[in-house]
Amino acid sequence: MSGLSTVGKSVLRIDAHDKVTGAAVYADDLQFGPGLYYGRLVRSPHAHALIIKVDASRALALPGVKAVVTGRDTPTRIGLYLKDRTIFALDRARMVGDPVAGVVATSEEIAEEAARLVEVKYEELPAVFDPVVAIQPDAPLIHPDLGEYEVVPFIFPQPGTNISEHFKLRRGDVEAAWPRCAAIIEGTFRLPPIQHVPIEPHVAVALWELSGQVSLWTCSQSPFAQRDLIAQSLGIPHGNLRVIAPYVGGGFGGKAGVSMEAAAVAMARAVKGHPVKLRMTREEEFICTTARQSLVANIMIGCDDQANLLAMEVAYYFGGGSSNEYGVNIARAAGYSCTGPYLVPNVKGDSYCVYTNTPIGSAMRGFGMPEIHWGIEQIMDQLAEKVAMDPAEFRRRNCVKTGRTILTGMEMPAIDLVACIDKVTQAIQWEKRPPASAPHKKRGKGLAIMWKAPAMPPNPGSSAMVRFNEDATVNVEIGAQDLGQGAFTVLAQIAAETLGVPYEWVRISVPVDTKYSPYEWQTVASRITWSVGNAVRAAAGDARQKILAVVAEHWHEDPADLDIRDGAVVSFKSEREQPLQNMVVYGLPNDDFEGWKGGPVVGSGKFMPTYVTNLDFETGQGTRAVVHYTVGAQAVDLEVDTETGQVEVLKIASAYDVGKAINPDLVLTQIEGGAVHGLSSAYEAIRLDAQGRPLNANLVDYRIATIADIPREIHGDIVETPLEDGPWGARGVGEHVMVQTAPAIANALYDALGVRFSELPLSAEKIFMALHGS
Amino acid sequence: MSVHPIAVTINGKAEYLEVPAHMTLLQMLRDRLALTGTKNGCEAGECGACTVLLDGQPVNSCLVLAVEVDGRQVVTVEGLAQDGTLSGLQQAFIEHNAVQCGFCTPGMLISSQALLARNPSPDEDAIKEALLGNLCRCTGYGRIIQAIQDVARGGGAS
Repeated sequence: MSGLSTVGKSVLRIDAHDKVTGAAVYADDLQFGPGLYYGRLVRSPHAHALIIKVDASRALALPGVKAVVTGRDTPTRIGLYLKDRTIFALDRARMVGDPVAGVVATSEEIAEEAARLVEVKYEELPAVFDPVVAIQPDAPLIHPDLGEYEVVPFIFPQPGTNISEHFKLRRGDVEAAWPRCAAIIEGTFRLPPIQHVPIEPHVAVALWELSGQVSLWTCSQSPFAQRDLIAQSLGIPHGNLRVIAPYVGGGFGGKAGVSMEAAAVAMARAVKGHPVKLRMTREEEFICTTARQSLVANIMIGCDDQANLLAMEVAYYFGGGSSNEYGVNIARAAGYSCTGPYLVPNVKGDSYCVYTNTPIGSAMRGFGMPEIHWGIEQIMDQLAEKVAMDPAEFRRRNCVKTGRTILTGMEMPAIDLVACIDKVTQAIQWEKRPPASAPHKKRGKGLAIMWKAPAMPPNPGSSAMVRFNEDATVNVEIGAQDLGQGAFTVLAQIAAETLGVPYEWVRISVPVDTKYSPYEWQTVASRITWSVGNAVRAAAGDARQKILAVVAEHWHEDPADLDIRDGAVVSFKSEREQPLQNMVVYGLPNDDFEGWKGGPVVGSGKFMPTYVTNLDFETGQGTRAVVHYTVGAQAVDLEVDTETGQVEVLKIASAYDVGKAINPDLVLTQIEGGAVHGLSSAYEAIRLDAQGRPLNANLVDYRIATIADIPREIHGDIVETPLEDGPWGARGVGEHVMVQTAPAIANALYDALGVRFSELPLSAEKIFMALHGS
Repeated sequence: MSVHPIAVTINGKAEYLEVPAHMTLLQMLRDRLALTGTKNGCEAGECGACTVLLDGQPVNSCLVLAVEVDGRQVVTVEGLAQDGTLSGLQQAFIEHNAVQCGFCTPGMLISSQALLARNPSPDEDAIKEALLGNLCRCTGYGRIIQAIQDVARGGGAS
């Protein structure tokens, strides 16, 4: 195709007008009328306890209370990769905040009061919060029935322990390689659990009709996965369960899979005919939805005297929380990508997901990669220092490159990580070390690189439909969600480009509704531009072919001589032109109006990767571990006030290889927002007391970056090495943009202060203490 | 539960309501008037998603009782566009891609509007001070600052 008209252009967001006027509808904005009931959840005050008895009689006696639902009503286990929890705790509470019962009432106030009247008798059990402690043989067992749980074939729980997944990577011979190393660095790195903190808390409204039809309106990254899991757990035919997902007010993985939505459906079953609204308070959002898992990482890496990496041995212990239904795949992803973006001939990797009595660990932007890169990227700097090589040069030498065999035995798909390193070192003026702005300040620069593959089952599918209206505007139907990342805009661009119509003619059919939208696995894994982009391109291509066939017949020409340009079919041969208006619905008349041809144009398309292979259980080796990787680099320039420990980030420069930027400015907005998210994440932690009770479950004590915390300058660069099976070569970038920010900051802090920080979160106090002693 | 009659001007329109004493302005806007552009992010005055103008001043509507607005003027995000024409700030937020998920956007626009009304040409520090109470998890704030500066350069919010 010569010259693109919409793809590659920074058209404005398709959803922006609705969002600046207040017209955009989010789940809590839907109106349900006076029949609406409200739910509240009764939550465990204990981190680990047997549930002896639940007595709802006092709650049920309160006027306005309609039902109380408990674990006995929802005994069938639920979970994405590992079915390891029930919607309400059945016989055991495994974290503070575990839902034990749900109260339905005519108002939120009554429901809240009634929730306090539900009497639950517990027998407390010893709890465990640290994955390294939980993995010990004598640790309290959080899931004694682990061996009975249903699990997908590529996840390996170990019954009789707290280990829900163990991924093993074995390549080469590390033991033989260590003696050949000129430099070896070993370290233990720790990251606390953190929270997504979308500005929109979770909300779900469920209606169980007397006919058996069930509807769920919710802020969701995964309407189809929710339909699947909730249908299975509550015994609803898939065709009877409809999930409607309006705009999502930020997801970051926290609205992927199932969390509180299933409780809303179970509660609605108890009051058939009435919609039930369940919404999380900000406190519940912190502790009772999902969190990014904690990690303890033991990492040892060695290189020869020419700075070539020779060996790497890692053990990752993810604190998976009270149930690991989604989190097990984070440990797996961290396992098959355990080297970070490096070529290492000898690797021994063990990645564990471990049950802990803490908030449920689940997907969060980066999906295990920010956690493992925190340690890897600091050790790479230490190794470079030890062999007296510039850290950027060290990375250029050792980083993954197109066509080279990576740790799983897979050939690295096309990327250019060296170009990303070059871009950020240039943007940050890597060679220059300007002085600090004051005598009591120290200035430093740091670099970190990353990789991440979409972590998902081997065969997640996408589908799309394209329907024309009379005026040739187009409705594009997809089951993917716009979380703010710009998916609807990019998919509209792909449809417009493929169809040959102006971008302004395209409409995305929202809200996503499992009853009417075509199937989509989930809006996760930075897979939408690539996977749904391919499906939309296929659907639009299907519609295009149908249009060309009708016009070619009408003109007695060959469809190969025709194209659609700017909303009209044109012939290169006869130079005739046929506008799409009307003909895309009514067709075209035959010669002399002897009948008609064509009719309403509907295109359909799908995409599913078919080439991902199994990995050997003992070695993690296989032909194709993942669909592809997106790679990138970040460099940070910062200044530390040695009298206060305060850090001012002067500049963050980022570069990512996105294959093809369908909308360059939207890629930059991901890069910029991700840099701030990454910076913020270095200072965040969910803090629990010794009993596992949250200490900072609010936005004052759990600080996220405010407008005052942002770097003075955020620079973004786009590298475009086309992906073989991406639309115009595009691959995803939404999650990658925050993966390596924290270690880039740590490396810059070392450059400034000569001090290493192995444990997150950073804080001014921690930095001050490191400089001045205790 | 006592109920109080109030008269309030919302987006230039007179409204007469009976509200319970404990109802917040946020609940009144969203649940009584279906003005759902104003968002509920924390109900504790910490996130700024529910910011509205009360007599021209930005307030967290979750921290104001409905009875307090009796006789006063409230402007919500729905009141920023005039006769279907977007305000300068709304247009600038679109053009600078200062919107991602959009959940903080109504509060951001209201706080920005209040800033430009009292300081038509704010520097970057003044913008940061004015928006310190409005949290955004998506954009990294930079595009929001650019959008406001763009409007300020063009002569203030219209």
